[in-house]
Amino acid sequence: MKKGQNVLARALAAVFLGLVAGAVLMAAIGSNPLEGYNYLIRGGLMNIERIGNTLATATNLTLTGLSVAFAFKTGLFNIGAAGQMLVGGLCSTAVALKVAAPRPLLLILMVLAGFAGGAIWGSLPGYLKARFNVHEVVATIMMNWIAYWVVYYSVPAWLKGTFLETESALISEAASLKTSWMNTFFQGSYINLGLFVALGAVIVIHVILKKTTLGFELQAVGYNRDAAENAGIRVERNMVLSMMIAGGLAGLAGTTFYTGYASNMQIGVLPSQGFDGIAVALLGATEPAGVFASALFFGMLHSGKGFMNAMTSIPPEISDTIIATIIYFTATSVLVGRLWDLWKQRGRGKTGAADTETRKDGI
Amino acid sequence: MELWHIFIQIFPYAVAFTIPLLITSLGGLFSERSGVVNIGLEGLMVMGFFAAAITVKGLENSMGTGAIPLGLAAAALGGALFSILHAFASINLNADQIISGTAINMMASAITVYLARTFTGSGNIRIRSGIIRQDIPLLSDIPVIGKMLFSQSYWSTWLVIFILAVSWFLLYKTSFGLRLRACGEHPSAAASAGINVYFMRYMGVMISGAFAGLGGGIILVTYSGEFNGTVAGLGFLSLAALIFGQWKPLGILGATLFFGLAATIANVSQVIPQLAVIPPLLLKSFPYAVTLMALVFFSRSSRAPKAAGQPYYPGQGQ
Repeated sequence: MKKGQNVLARALAAVFLGLVAGAVLMAAIGSNPLEGYNYLIRGGLMNIERIGNTLATATNLTLTGLSVAFAFKTGLFNIGAAGQMLVGGLCSTAVALKVAAPRPLLLILMVLAGFAGGAIWGSLPGYLKARFNVHEVVATIMMNWIAYWVVYYSVPAWLKGTFLETESALISEAASLKTSWMNTFFQGSYINLGLFVALGAVIVIHVILKKTTLGFELQAVGYNRDAAENAGIRVERNMVLSMMIAGGLAGLAGTTFYTGYASNMQIGVLPSQGFDGIAVALLGATEPAGVFASALFFGMLHSGKGFMNAMTSIPPEISDTIIATIIYFTATSVLVGRLWDLWKQRGRGKTGAADTETRKDGI
Repeated sequence: MELWHIFIQIFPYAVAFTIPLLITSLGGLFSERSGVVNIGLEGLMVMGFFAAAITVKGLENSMGTGAIPLGLAAAALGGALFSILHAFASINLNADQIISGTAINMMASAITVYLARTFTGSGNIRIRSGIIRQDIPLLSDIPVIGKMLFSQSYWSTWLVIFILAVSWFLLYKTSFGLRLRACGEHPSAAASAGINVYFMRYMGVMISGAFAGLGGGIILVTYSGEFNGTVAGLGFLSLAALIFGQWKPLGILGATLFFGLAATIANVSQVIPQLAVIPPLLLKSFPYAVTLMALVFFSRSSRAPKAAGQPYYPGQGQ
């Protein structure tokens, strides 16, 4: 199979197999899969409010997905989007609660704070990888848990609300990314200005990757570190930069989630959007446009699951199961390719070695 | 002297916390030594946690505490079966092992809560029975050591120590262990010596699944008592202990005991005046921060199996 031509086919095959697995699980507990999917899709799309919720969920997923995808381009696996998102969200929430400024300026400061917080959290594993060859997977996981505890103790200490110890104060309307015209148009959904942050990020990341020297260098490091080094590219600097930008993108997801989708920060939760970002990035073939498309799809699955759960006896975790299964089938997409080749060869009555092509995303 | 007294007091709790980490990390050792990186340990623990919970829940009314060993067996079996997904992806399909492991983690937590919700209505499964702590006769009377190691201990602790000893013997003193390690260092050379690399790697991954599952099961029947869909990063901590312990059984024992002590100290710090002065954030993040620092020291001269994480293509030199 030629690679570029079949990226879409493989993604669709993974989605199809994931949905089949979901159907099997629905049937296994005695529910009707067609009914389940009917309510799941209607829950995500049946009216303008629910479409708004799907877009709002996709906003956060686009940003974490871009974060994972961007690091992938440099051959780094950013499994720490959850922690970067927490720190970004913490910084944005702190600005929202503590800084007095006119609304436009305040919102810009919140976005910048979110990016900066995530960027700091991402750049440390990047530095450890570049300088000491510490595996970024383990380092980012450790950073996730440090972020978890930082939020756990700093929210009650500095940002506490009036009543509960376990969450921050509610941010004011003026400091929220929710805005009245979007709210009116989408009839009171969670949608917020974060959507434009996410769309902007998709475009900026596309431009960086396709049109700039920085993007070229980052990808060169991802394809072949040694060759890049020989060509005079500063590998270590690029690794740190890559993780810094990836962390910043996840930090922005924290901004859009905690100060847009939600109105405060709860402690004791590692946001699942960070891990879903891995699925979004992989299904989107680590391309910005693909990331946005798969974020919309996963956004629909997530925002429709509540309605499905209300109308049937299927637990809402079916969405997470489908998403996880899709990642598995994306990782094993070579299987689909092999089966396809075997089928074609049988059609031609020819025997030969199956395709042993493997995924090479540079990790 | 006061601190020493506290240390003796909390040591049994540290051991209880260490044991699931130790057995899971030991599982990771088998997988990585055979050449397959397994970051799905977290999910495999969750799977064992769940398998033990439904087994004990289903049998405890009729069998009483006899359900517990069966629950642990189910945990190991559940982990081993679920790990086949990772083995198939990594070994037969040459998939990216990190991505496959991530998928294992996400699938395990989603599917177990999905099933738990179907069985119990909520996502949690609470059991009534657990392993009862017991003093070991005679040994628990030894001064200091008796109090630290042999008093109020769970029998599962001794099971895991026994598995640790057997694992060491298996890896370093038997031809099976030699073959397994060869597959993780240089699979083509191992294959040319007549070793079935696929089989050995399957063994490595499935042992890791069984051990991680057992770790999850032990959490349930010792200090947790309730399945709630997550092991809160213990699987990842086990993975870190594997690196920290430099891929050696005794190194892993030291690393996990260190994590166990650190976590226990963080948990009890509020009630101990000498420790209450330290900000809890520092205590809670201590194991993770220390892991990062340890990785800085160890990663330059890593003793990681050379072929860990690399797919094996038959008939192809490396």
